[in-house]
Amino acid sequence: MALVEIRDVHKSFGDVEVLKGITLDVEKGDIVTIIGRSGSGKSTLLRCINALETINGGEIRIEGERIAADMPNLRQLRQRVGIVFQAFNLFPHLTVERNITLAPVLTGKIAKDKARDLARDVLARVGLAEKIDAWPEQLSGGQQQRVAIARCLAMSPHLMLFDEVTSALDPELVGEVLKVMEDMARQGMTMILVTHEMGFARTVATKLVFMHQGRVWEQGKPAELFADPRTPELRNFISSVK
Amino acid sequence: MTLNFSQLWRYDDLLLHGALLTLLLTVIAAVAGTLIGVCGAVLVRGGPRPVRWAIRGYIEVIRNTPALIQLFIIFFVLPSLGLRLPPFEAAAVALSIYFGAYAIEIIRAGLDAIPRAQLEAGECLGLTRWQVFRHIVFLPALRTIYPSFTSQFVLLLLGTSLASQVSAEELFHTGGFIDSRTFRSFEVYAVVCAIYFALVMAFKLVFAGLQRLMFRWPVRR
Repeated sequence: MALVEIRDVHKSFGDVEVLKGITLDVEKGDIVTIIGRSGSGKSTLLRCINALETINGGEIRIEGERIAADMPNLRQLRQRVGIVFQAFNLFPHLTVERNITLAPVLTGKIAKDKARDLARDVLARVGLAEKIDAWPEQLSGGQQQRVAIARCLAMSPHLMLFDEVTSALDPELVGEVLKVMEDMARQGMTMILVTHEMGFARTVATKLVFMHQGRVWEQGKPAELFADPRTPELRNFISSVK
Repeated sequence: MTLNFSQLWRYDDLLLHGALLTLLLTVIAAVAGTLIGVCGAVLVRGGPRPVRWAIRGYIEVIRNTPALIQLFIIFFVLPSLGLRLPPFEAAAVALSIYFGAYAIEIIRAGLDAIPRAQLEAGECLGLTRWQVFRHIVFLPALRTIYPSFTSQFVLLLLGTSLASQVSAEELFHTGGFIDSRTFRSFEVYAVVCAIYFALVMAFKLVFAGLQRLMFRWPVRR
């Protein structure tokens, strides 16, 4: 059984159909990168996976469990699926430590007196142990994004979603975030990324998905797709982002 | 004109009593009005349409008519409909309704100022809606509205003097009473003013202290 099973998923905003029947499997340990032009539905698909958007047709299963915005145990499910956003979305009024420990403590995942150790542990994994008492506003964009990743890691997710997490960063800060993601990939985390980082898609990903006009246009091993795109759309896309 | 405050000292307990009732009136109206404000703000943002319309109507009527007339309606008109309230209670109700209308607008603005993405981030971590409100929305929203909310509170405190017009025994009413006994109008109202001023300043000190305690995170200017 695949960790994530996406079957014929449809999603519309008003009259505009953004996802037109997406089918995709993600196995445990997969690093799936989703690429495509803006408006192709990449981010919407990602947001459907943890029910931030309600799908209009088809089904999505995570670890066999069917996802829906009105499911009673949606919160438990979300604790297993981390998502990192383009705009970081750290809580400005909480220190780095509290940003990380808020959810684990409130959801009863960890005792209050163990919380600081947990924060220290996940911050070390993103290389920011010394920032435990900083406010988000005092960090650079790259550091904020790494804290956002650490915040997800603190929930020990089974799956991580990344929604264009380097797009809002200055170019010189992109590398530090990608490095953290590469480390996570090496440690076997299952990841689905929407990204414009073709280097990452080429070298780290185990599976590449090209979306076009709300459909999975092509999918396969990154090396093969980059070397030999079967459709003119992917060929054009690759040459336009080179 | 010679100033003579000596006659006033005989009435110090009366002044203290008046000041305490002014404080009580302020606190009652602020607490009740804030409750109206929180409920109203939540409903005006997400309630059913008729409820939203009703709240909008309430806000517009209260904010665009004189508070004194609102008080008179509650004190003089409601009895003819069978609801008779003593002066202090009538003033407390009128000022709560008055403060509530402003509080809804202020609190609504504070909630609107929290980006949707902050709520999503909380939901994605598996928090309940109440936990998201309590731990993610509340403090930043409060910080946004703090200046306008506290100055509205000061306006409320000064506005409690309206209650004297229905003979509620607050500070200004007490001043009028002492004036009628001593005929030292200047001295009486100077002292009454000084007490209002001291009350406002005391609250401002408390608000500033709370502000320092609650809002310690840096913000981008």
